[in-house]
Amino acid sequence: MFRPRTVSLFIFLSIIWLLLSGHYNPLMLFFGFISVLMTTFIAVRMDLVDKEGHPVHLTWKIPIYWVWLLFQIIKSNFQVSIRIIVPKINIDPEMILIPMNQKSDLNKTNYANSITLTPGTVSVRLDDNGEILVHSLDKNFADELRSGSMEKKISTLGN
Amino acid sequence: MFLLSTIAILTTIGLALIRAISGPSTYDRILALNMVGTKTTLLIVAIGFLTNRPDFVDIAMVYALINFIGVIAMLKYTRYGQFANSLDPDNLNTDNKEN
Amino acid sequence: MNYILDILSWLLIIVGSYFSIVGAIGILRFPDFFTRLHAAGLTDTLGAWSILCGLILQCDSFLTIIKLILVLIFIFFTSPTGTHALARAGLASNLKPWRKQ
Repeated sequence: MFRPRTVSLFIFLSIIWLLLSGHYNPLMLFFGFISVLMTTFIAVRMDLVDKEGHPVHLTWKIPIYWVWLLFQIIKSNFQVSIRIIVPKINIDPEMILIPMNQKSDLNKTNYANSITLTPGTVSVRLDDNGEILVHSLDKNFADELRSGSMEKKISTLGN
Repeated sequence: MFLLSTIAILTTIGLALIRAISGPSTYDRILALNMVGTKTTLLIVAIGFLTNRPDFVDIAMVYALINFIGVIAMLKYTRYGQFANSLDPDNLNTDNKEN
Repeated sequence: MNYILDILSWLLIIVGSYFSIVGAIGILRFPDFFTRLHAAGLTDTLGAWSILCGLILQCDSFLTIIKLILVLIFIFFTSPTGTHALARAGLASNLKPWRKQ
């Protein structure tokens, strides 16, 4: 019940409550405490407080990854927008299979979400044998994904 | 500047609605609807700024969550015709297929 | 200081408006469902984020900034999940991807 992850979830929820409510008189703080306690209790009973449900171990690593992802997203946003506004649409969409060596479900989700978040590539299906079916808008998006630079970045998050 | 963002968001919603009305398949319509939902979240925030009422941000937060759940529920309903169980979407028997 | 914030805010809102409208034009112009997903991704990522960031820079109260950042985080997490669910459902119902002739 009092594992470090549960305590960190409790602190996290308390901070969110304090930031969202904006009421700081004792009665309201008491109600907030009760509701945070109940939420933590329900989360523990539902077995949600584990590496996937509350990935607190990523706190320092994931912002670095997000900055890198933001630059990728901006780059491919410009590439896709150019393909939309030219008078004659010149695209070559295809379905490709991307191999994936990630073990944990958290990393797989992270990888598939990153692929979808980058315009030009959408992850369509995750197969059981560790491949992602990706729909890419044009050749260069597919080639970029095949080069595996994104998966290397995901691997730095640990498993 | 708030007026510019409001106009841009409304233009986007209008163009997406054209696709929602004319889209050939059901999924095109849901795609356009998803886009309208995301833009509505932004529209609520922008109108809150335009009329100087910051309370609108709370509504936008709730709308962002409801929009996501709504799209997922709509997809599941168009796929299975029910909310009761979750089958594998690839191995659905072909008699009750939509479109 | 205020001038710099105003200019940054204008810049972000113009960029965001550009990407939203281009994404909307994209879902009208692209030939099939799967390619339209990419155009919708344009509006959902940089279009929404830039407009929100531009509005955040115009905020004066701390709590409103936090709430807007939470809206940003919700959109960041839910939009790829929704797009993936859409693509999955489209593939499962045998929509044929458009190919270049």
